[in-house]
Amino acid sequence: MSDSNPKNFKTDLPLDVARWGIPSTYDVTVKRDSDDIFEDSKVLVNIGPTHPAMHGAFRCMARLNGEIIEKSYCEFGYTHRAKEKLGENRTYHQFVVYTDRLNYCSALINNVTYAMAVERLMGIEVPERAVWIRMMCAELARVIDHLICVGINAVDLGAFSYFLYGYHQREKAYTLIEKLCGARLTTSYTRIGGLMADAPEGWEKEVKDWVKETRAVVDEMDRLLTENRIWLKRTKGVAIMNREDCLKYSFTGPNARAAGVDIDLRRDQPCMFYDQVDFDVPVAQTGDVFDRYFVRMEEIRQSLNILTQCADRIKRGPIWAEDKRTRIPEKDQVYNTMEGLIHHFKFFMTGFNVPAGEAYTSFEAANGELGFYIVSKGGPTAHRMRIRGPSFWHYQGLDPMIRGEYIADLVAALGSINVIAGELDR
Amino acid sequence: MDINTPVKTIYGGHYDKYLPEWTAVTETLQGEFAEYLEEILMPRVDPTDVPVIHVRKSGMMAVLTRLKDGLGFSFLTDYTATDEESEPRFRLVLQLMNPTTKARLRVKVRLSDQETAPTLIPLWEGANWAEREIFDMFGVRFEGHPDLRRILMDMRWEGHPLRKDYPLRGYQVFLTPEPLDPELLK
Repeated sequence: MSDSNPKNFKTDLPLDVARWGIPSTYDVTVKRDSDDIFEDSKVLVNIGPTHPAMHGAFRCMARLNGEIIEKSYCEFGYTHRAKEKLGENRTYHQFVVYTDRLNYCSALINNVTYAMAVERLMGIEVPERAVWIRMMCAELARVIDHLICVGINAVDLGAFSYFLYGYHQREKAYTLIEKLCGARLTTSYTRIGGLMADAPEGWEKEVKDWVKETRAVVDEMDRLLTENRIWLKRTKGVAIMNREDCLKYSFTGPNARAAGVDIDLRRDQPCMFYDQVDFDVPVAQTGDVFDRYFVRMEEIRQSLNILTQCADRIKRGPIWAEDKRTRIPEKDQVYNTMEGLIHHFKFFMTGFNVPAGEAYTSFEAANGELGFYIVSKGGPTAHRMRIRGPSFWHYQGLDPMIRGEYIADLVAALGSINVIAGELDR
Repeated sequence: MDINTPVKTIYGGHYDKYLPEWTAVTETLQGEFAEYLEEILMPRVDPTDVPVIHVRKSGMMAVLTRLKDGLGFSFLTDYTATDEESEPRFRLVLQLMNPTTKARLRVKVRLSDQETAPTLIPLWEGANWAEREIFDMFGVRFEGHPDLRRILMDMRWEGHPLRKDYPLRGYQVFLTPEPLDPELLK
């Protein structure tokens, strides 16, 4: 180990600090009062980074007074993989795989948004069939992301069977995604100017069958949990983030809509064919855990509606934009013609040049606004590849959200904002 | 074909929809803050998707306050920086949105190496972590920030990874976990 540490970093901290991060000199003794034993009893509680209720590597230190959180301090960065730096040192094509690992619960949305961001810089219009497939991918990913969010939130609060209903449908959705691109979790499905492969014959019909099934399951989940008295007691009025605070802390997506911020980029900033499909944007008013749950449940239904409409309107056709710069040559050409082989080699070894310019392209991902701010100075790699992950801003709002709440509600609050370590740490 | 080529399926009608608002905002700013504005880039003319307003550091707070409170651009979508490898070295980049009309705008501030910038926490509390990330990744310091510490990297890390001169290979190994300062919870 010491060989791989050229700078030979040493720590002169005492063992308890190194192991727990809390110096033993800090006063954590409980003051006992004869009348009220919990009066002014300050305790530091460390949750994470590998606590099962944190769902990823985050750390939250909380100072408790009795059971009430007086102050908390959140830390993250344990899954930092230097994606923005990689974006500056990989070609635009190579970066597609890194986008899967942002929000890994809905990898397809990241793929689609990234492809749009680069295509916008290059002025490429992808054919109609590719756009419809991308829309279906985005909505499929949104449904499975919301199913896992509400499911895990319920597991944390003790409703395990509810989670399994959703998880079953999620597995089936992953099988649909596997049919599309051969991978279940890390899809890497889009290419700049097209798709990795066309959807197989009859795929949209399978999606429609799945939509029908899922609609019934979501209704069943709704009946199982939404009116449950224990669930209501644990979620109503808990961890409120009101409209003003949501705007101050740049909340987006379902978490902001739960507090009455009526913004949905699919409707307000339409891209792809979202202006041609019919859907509603659910908005709640309070901004508590229950509202965030309820908005997500309703969004699942709206996404299922969009999926049906897309499946009805999708037609046969090309999936690649015929643009010489980004079109990956067909394997037939690569193996049988010299020009095709050279083109293939140049494409994968040096990449294509993106004209100089800058653009911030955003899309309504499952958690909120996912944005790619790409600055190009020409050449095959970006000058700056900024990824705006919604979880970064949501996790920042956790501290004001849980201040004054019970320690047990921290778990409910964290599950309800659905922080994903991949897009938080990038 | 580049950023100025209209693409129908990627915000096709945006330019026509938002051009009146963009023109109004930039004209208002030019009228009120002419001494603070360095240049204004407009889409379809310059290679950008939305207007880019370059503001002098001295007028940063004034222009942003006006944009937030008077001109409707009250939503801080993103706050980041870029390293341009030439003097002045850094650009602070703010992506602003008008939550009513959904128009977007970009504000840039030029900073040279070792230059500090005022903190934006009085305007947007969400800027807190964004500024910590800029400090962590670029080494830009913010005056008046209550807790300017590294956010993604370890506290003991040396160097600022997103600077262009940062080496791509190398190790910094820490054998003990990162301690948390108990002062933060007092």
